[in-house]
This record gives sequence, C-alpha cells and structure tokens, in this order.
Amino acid sequence: MEDLSLHHLAPQPAKGAQKMAIVGVVASGNLEVLVERVLSDLECLIEIRTAAEGFGEVWNAVVADFVERYSPGGLKFSINDGGARPDTVSLRLAQAVRLMEGEQ
Amino acid sequence: MSTALTPMATAPDPVTSWYEASARTRIRLLLDPGSFVELIGPEKREISPHLKVFDLPEQFDDGIVVGCGSLDGSKVLIAAQEGRFMGGAFGEVHGAKLTGLLRAARDIGSMPVLILFDTGGVRLQEANAGELAIAEIMRAVIEARSAGAKVIGLIGGRAGCYGGGGLIAGCCSGLIVSEQGRIAVSGPEVIETNRGVEEFDSRDRALVWRTMGGKHRRLMGAAEVFVDDTGQAFRDAALMLLGQVGGFELRTLTNEQARLEARLRDFGGCADAVDIWMAEGIADAASIPALPADQFIALADRAGRISHDAR
Amino acid sequence: MTLDEILTSLFPDGHDVRNDGGVVFGSGSLRFGGRALVVGVADRIPLGVDDAVRLSAQILQSIVSGSGPILVVVDSDSQRMSKRDELLGLNEFLAHLGKCLIYADRHGRPTIGLLYGHSAAGAFLATALATRVLVGLPGATPAVMDLPSMSKVTKLSVEVLEEKAKSTPVFAPGLENLAQTGAVHVIWDAEVPLVDQLETLLATLPDSDDRRDLLGKQRGGRGRAHEIAERVRSLALQSR
Repeated sequence: MEDLSLHHLAPQPAKGAQKMAIVGVVASGNLEVLVERVLSDLECLIEIRTAAEGFGEVWNAVVADFVERYSPGGLKFSINDGGARPDTVSLRLAQAVRLMEGEQ
Repeated sequence: MSTALTPMATAPDPVTSWYEASARTRIRLLLDPGSFVELIGPEKREISPHLKVFDLPEQFDDGIVVGCGSLDGSKVLIAAQEGRFMGGAFGEVHGAKLTGLLRAARDIGSMPVLILFDTGGVRLQEANAGELAIAEIMRAVIEARSAGAKVIGLIGGRAGCYGGGGLIAGCCSGLIVSEQGRIAVSGPEVIETNRGVEEFDSRDRALVWRTMGGKHRRLMGAAEVFVDDTGQAFRDAALMLLGQVGGFELRTLTNEQARLEARLRDFGGCADAVDIWMAEGIADAASIPALPADQFIALADRAGRISHDAR
Repeated sequence: MTLDEILTSLFPDGHDVRNDGGVVFGSGSLRFGGRALVVGVADRIPLGVDDAVRLSAQILQSIVSGSGPILVVVDSDSQRMSKRDELLGLNEFLAHLGKCLIYADRHGRPTIGLLYGHSAAGAFLATALATRVLVGLPGATPAVMDLPSMSKVTKLSVEVLEEKAKSTPVFAPGLENLAQTGAVHVIWDAEVPLVDQLETLLATLPDSDDRRDLLGKQRGGRGRAHEIAERVRSLALQSR
C-alpha cells in the first residue's frame, strides 16, 4: 500500500457551505473520496491511500489539474483507491467538489 | 433537488434501480427525505485494522452504512451493506456496527430495524472476527425481536445474501426480495467444486436463479414479499410487511418447525425448483423465470405459502 | 477424545446419549442432581436440512418438557454443500436451529457448546456459535474456512497465509485463535475429569448477555468490535 499527501494552494476558496461529502466506492477500478471543509480558505490537501504503488507522478498530475480547474480552497480530500484510472479519479474529485459547492 | 445542507452530502444516483444503487442511495430511496442520520459515518474513518496485512484498500465506513431515520413518519433503525466493497462481506468493524444497531433496537423495544443485505458472507481476511460478528448479530436479532422490535431484511443487490448473511436473514421477522436477489448458504461455485458440475453448473445462471433466486424464495415462503427492482417497490413492501409480521415467542418456533418439516415432506424429493413449483400446483411452472414482476407477484399471492406466525 | 470417552467422562453416573448417523441426542445425570440434555453433531458429518430439522425438533421438545442445561456437542463438517439443500432453503433450517438454541438459552435452559472435533462455516454458526458459552477440547479443529480454500479465493499461497497468521489471530483456523477472538470461552484440560470441569463451569456460568466481543477485546483478539458496537448502540439510543 502507498500513502500520498499532496498539498496545494488554491486561488479561491471552494464555494458553498456544505461541510462534508462522500462519493464512490472502494472496488476494483473505483475509488471513494471523502471531502471535508476543514482547512483555511486557500489551502487544499489531497490524501491518497492506494494499493497500486509507484504512480505518484500520475496522482500529482491529476490532482494539480483538478486544483487548477476547480480551485477547492479549504477542502481536504481523503481517498481510498481501488486501482482507478486517472479519468475516474478526476471524475470523482469533480463530483466531490460539486457536492461541497451545493450543486447537484 | 433540494439545496438544503445535509450533514454528509452524497452524489444522487440518477438510477432508481435497487440493484444498481449504492448502499447510501438505497437508504435515501427507502426513507423519508432528509430523515436519515448516519452513525459512525465515513468521516469517523473507522476502517478495518485487518486489511493492511493483505495489502487491500480500506473503505471509511468498512462497507456498511448504519443509522436511523423515518419511514412514512415512523422512526426506524437501518443498516445497508455496500456489496461492491469486498463483496459486502462481514468484517470486525462492519459486523460490529450492525450488532450495536440491533442491541439498540433491543433496548428501545418498539423501533423496527431494516437490514439491507448485500453480502457474500464472512470476509476471509478477517474470517474469525467476521464469523463471530455474524453469530453475535444472530443473537442480537433474536434479542431485539424478543423485546418487540421487528427486523425486516431487504435483499436485491449484486452480492445477494450468502453464507452467514443467509443465516441472519433466516432470523429476521420477514424478508423482501427482488428478482435479482439470491439467498443461500453456499455459493454456486462452492457447490460445483464440492459436488461436480453435473449436479450444479455455477455458470448456468438460470439454474442459479431457479435454485437461490428471489422468485423461488418467494414461492417457497423463504421470503414473504417479492418486489420489482425499484426503491419505491422496496419502500412500499417494507411499510406493508412491518404491519404484518408477528412477534417472537415459543409458538413462532414451533410453527416454524412444523413449516420446515412440511416443506421437507412435500418437496424433499424434488430435483429442481420447477418440480417444486409444479408440486405447489402452479400452472406452467416453466414460465415463472420469464414472468414480469407484476404478473409474478399476482401469481405468488394466489399460490400462497406465507405464514406470518412462523419464523 | 472420542465422543464415547467424552460422554463417560462428563456423566460418570450414566447417560443415555445415542449417536444416530451423526445426530446426537440423549441426556446425562448431573452430579448435583438433575439431568443435562445432550444434542449435537458427530463423526464430522456435514449439516444439511434433514439433520438440522431433527436437531431443532429435539431442542424445542426440551424447552417445553425439561429443565437444566443443554450440552451441544460438535464434531461436524461445514454445512452440507449440495443443490438439494440450497433448493430447500438451508439458510432457514440452520437459522431455525440457531434460533431454537438461543431461545432455549434465554428461557431457562442454558446452552453450553462442547467443540471436540471439527466444525466450519454455516454448521459452526448454527451449533457451537449459537450457545451461551463455548468450550473447546484440546485437539478440536474449528475453522471458518480451511487455508487451502482461502488460498484459492485470495490467490495467496498457503505458506503466505500461514506466515500472515503468525501476526494475527483474526483469520486462521484453530482453537487458540477462536479463544483469543472471544468465540471459545474456555479450553478444557483433557487430563482432568470432564465432570469436574463441567461442574465448575455450571457453578460459574455467566448470564445470557452476549459478551463475546468484550472477551475478544480483553484477550487481544478483537480490538474494535466491542467499542464500535457499544458506540453505535449508545448513539442510536440518543437519536431516538
């Protein structure tokens, strides 16, 4: 198992007032994302636990992309990964942040 | 869609199929809107301590969602297994969440428990803890029922209700099952390994469903209600069944003994489910598997074989 | 110990327990008076619908017509794995057997499991694990699932599983592991007359509350179950 911890500064705080959200399931090719509004306004933290070791660079790229697109300031994302592909990861992160912003 | 803040927001699935839905979505489909309060939710991160040894990923809720809410205005306790995480199998933490919920039901006495089964049985990586959890849950179901709480099982997910889950289901006051649901102790592959493919070809889906599936279980009286694969159908059935099931006392057990003995006498020599259905007097038994839900439900209700004073 | 040796050692004053094709039934004289009902499974037979319904019949009879403890002797295989058993609803038959034992235990007939041989999976749940107190005899070999089968499912070799089992009692078969996790209350001494150990057990029998999770915590085999169950119970009571 590999644990990754990616810190970012976002240009803006995430919109909305939702405190917590969860998306996804830990299954083969899938992942769960728990997101909590617990950090200071522009801070962003993504913690990943994955059985697929050695993909740090891929996670870095996917997360950097996500932070740039969605500016999730103040949010902590905790991920349990079941071996999802990068596009599935991006999808779940996007779903998660949309829930926090109050959009359905 | 409401924009009110919920303590834990979850992605609303566009589907209403029970089979396709996640555990949390099933709870949302079943209960009154906004009424669900989750206990020891994923933000508490009570994960399994035993999966690391096997390099397996954990899930923050350990694959089961428990809490309370209301069903048509009346308070209920509810547990929903996530069948896609480790096959919905019982591990130490997973099982303990359900055990605690049932013990609360015992202590309260008047609040029903809805168990949304979706399980292959014991989680092998925690086999002893999982098996013990199931034993404790069986006992807790009986204690809750003895205190007056009704315990209803809902079965219609991907993993079915297998192994020790099947035994817990057999302890419930009543069961609701859909076409997709299966209830058994041993799984198809295990029977094939044990007895050979001639006796049981695990890849013969029609055979698996005839032997263990929702329609057969309904026709045998192993489940009280058969429903279509929708949240609404399960909800309506739960409300109805809660009004029908009996209590738990010695007479319940002696009635159950008689019911099971009669089943062996009547069907113990049958080789296949179709033989059982024919013996039950169902015309055109071979057409049962293809019958759409509403026609099947009408036929099953005519055929009978439900006794609410057994179990 | 064979079943006969066990019964003789348990009931030096005599018993009428019979083994009928692996289904055990009868009673034995207790030293301080009264009799114990004895039911169970012998000869490592798999437990299927036919035998399960016979056993539950005996237990129900005894609730209506007797008093005193019920000893559940166990040397079984797993549940019987056949098309016919599943077709007929084995889960209900095994659940019913468990229900009868649990009901008896809560209504004046305390149940004591005596695991002297093998048991596994569904048979284990419906018999030994459905008693108030489970005693193990040295040499008993309980298993939720045997390691070769686990190996097939997990795709890990038996050697790898055995290595992992050294660091945790939570998955591998065996009496010690089941004692540590709280399933087995006590392992008896094969050198001491069983009648003495039974008398001690009956004199110190716990009440019918299920404390196996607490036992597992105290013995270090299950560190989370007790606390999680108690937290959920307490939170649910608060939310009512």
